[in-house]
Amino acid sequence: MHRIVFDPTFEGWRNAARPLLEGGASPDSLLWESVDDDQAAFDGLLLSLPSAALRETGREPLPRDAASGRVRVPRRFFELAEAAACHAGGERWALLYRLLWRLTHGEPHLLEVAVDPDVHRLLRMEKAVRREIHKMHAFVRFRAVAADDGETHYVAWFEPEHPVVERASTFFAERFASMRWSILTPRRCVHWDGESLAFTPGLPRSAAPDGDVLEALWRTYYASTFNPARVRTNAMRAEMPVRYWRNLPEAAQIGELVRDAPTRVKRMVEKQGLPPELARPPRRSE
Amino acid sequence: MEIAAKLAILADAAKYDASCASSGAKGRRAGPGGIGSTEGTGICHSYTPDGRCVSLLKILLTNVCVYDCAYCINRRSSDVRRARFSVDEVVSLTLDFYRRNYIEGLFLSSGIIRDPDYTMEQLAAVARTLRRDHGFAGYIHLKAIPDASPELLDEAGRWADRLSLNVELPTQENLDRLAPEKTLVQITGAMGRMRDRIDEAKEDAAAGRGRALPVFAPAGQSTQMIVGATDAPDATLLSTASELYAGPELRRVYYSAFSPIPHSADALPARPAPLVREHRLYQADWLMRFYGFAAGELTTPERPNLDLSLDPKLSWALRNRDRFPVDVNRASKEELLRVPGLGTRNVKRILAARRWHRIRSDDLARLKVPLRRALPFLVTADHTPTLLDAANLRERAAPSRAQTDLFDLTAAAHGEF
Repeated sequence: MHRIVFDPTFEGWRNAARPLLEGGASPDSLLWESVDDDQAAFDGLLLSLPSAALRETGREPLPRDAASGRVRVPRRFFELAEAAACHAGGERWALLYRLLWRLTHGEPHLLEVAVDPDVHRLLRMEKAVRREIHKMHAFVRFRAVAADDGETHYVAWFEPEHPVVERASTFFAERFASMRWSILTPRRCVHWDGESLAFTPGLPRSAAPDGDVLEALWRTYYASTFNPARVRTNAMRAEMPVRYWRNLPEAAQIGELVRDAPTRVKRMVEKQGLPPELARPPRRSE
Repeated sequence: MEIAAKLAILADAAKYDASCASSGAKGRRAGPGGIGSTEGTGICHSYTPDGRCVSLLKILLTNVCVYDCAYCINRRSSDVRRARFSVDEVVSLTLDFYRRNYIEGLFLSSGIIRDPDYTMEQLAAVARTLRRDHGFAGYIHLKAIPDASPELLDEAGRWADRLSLNVELPTQENLDRLAPEKTLVQITGAMGRMRDRIDEAKEDAAAGRGRALPVFAPAGQSTQMIVGATDAPDATLLSTASELYAGPELRRVYYSAFSPIPHSADALPARPAPLVREHRLYQADWLMRFYGFAAGELTTPERPNLDLSLDPKLSWALRNRDRFPVDVNRASKEELLRVPGLGTRNVKRILAARRWHRIRSDDLARLKVPLRRALPFLVTADHTPTLLDAANLRERAAPSRAQTDLFDLTAAAHGEF
């Protein structure tokens, strides 16, 4: 077993994987070290390739592009692998290498076999990352602060489950192109000055502002658009898991809204003149 | 009146419209100094405890209304509190919420003030101000007022991503009774005219005339029907929906289970519609749009309502057992789509995978296919069903109670499904 130490980003993995693949290092001879929690320490670290991992003889030739001579891998693999590389699970690097190996050793169509256990895991990781990016786009809440130069700076605090800040940022740059904004997270922060994105190391929550003048109105809207006659908190939590709630200004009132719903419905029914047994009691799913 | 008080009244008044979709718009980016973007798929920015998503600021311009539709909280004869936003107030609120990423656009509707043209003009003015004065490129959904003049609907379509016009009830007889000012002909007529404009704009865009994107309601039209406010059976609702998809080419029909509203009218039924009925209608609607089912296949003349205890595909399969079993390794896409428990995404995966690999039952389990529901109807590499003629197939294939709840939960979580 050979330890592979590398910069734990997709590019870092790719740089490490290329010579290993070229050298014929089989997936089960490698141990991909997961060092995600300390990315800074590994920035700039050069890959040391264990030459003993490489077998030089008796191998099938790798599939290569005739023109460039590069090893040929389906484009779809890069799309999926780039996303899966943002998954917090430590086993992803070994999985990616195993898939790369299989794709280049007689199974070029492998990605079409969604029921294959390796492919299935890759798809699940990609989906989890895609979902986290989507949730970040949905649940980031900017708070306006007056910057030193008098301009308004919009700052948000977010805690992603997977390290997706880089992949999720283009969306914000496009949507809020004319604003100056920052999204702070525990591991990575991103800033937009109106022209380009900049990434900086993580910050504690205390670095982010703790309120915005618009939040009271937003909470009013949230409470008013809720229909107390159809309480379905399971449905809410399936799409907005509780772990996001502490950074959502509107979520603080959920308990109260659910608690008051039966009384509000009862009042409506009384006013409507229905016998109460005909009214559907709001379902409490807790 | 303070802005917060107006917001509370006018959001409350708008919430009985089930639509929350912000999808269907093609990618769009704001110009210099503007704000906003749209993607193909919408973003649900929050969820309220009723399980519905919040993607747009959904409000009425005013809940003052000259109409008297019995099912509507805002009808003329209701004693609900009234409020009215100015155009500028809606514009500021939308921009302020948008900048903080609370929402990705505006869904603006209104009671009918004075007359249809005046009301439509006000709605269009909000959209025009957002687009033209503020360079707003977020999503805009406007309610179209059926009687408004074609020029005003044209203008609304120029600024909006989506226009909607609610039929609310599936037959003219129903409308006569509960919404005496509305006629089906007038509503579908307006939908037809809007479809023509949408088509023209698309043709212009395809022919390279004008800008690259269609400039008339690129995300199309939608509508809503209230379920259980009259005795119209599901067969009627589905057939009306199917005509709306085929004729005016609606993108979405929403179904909203009638629920108690404050200040309600006497003409309404005494009993609220069960939410599960609304859920079954959404499932049936999905089967019509993505699974190749015709409205008439989903119910029978003897039972014009969907079975509340079974999903409509399983229900159909139990009535049509002679069409099963189908072989997961050989059947056509159309046949696989009709197998209970197989969704469109998994059918696609199966079709791709089986070119290289014989599909076994555990492969289906890995794809999270509900085997209990699917296997009685499927041949796999290591399974042949034996129960197709069994009298108790319904009980064996139906999800257990716990699974039903789980399924309801996932479905209810998708306003956009």
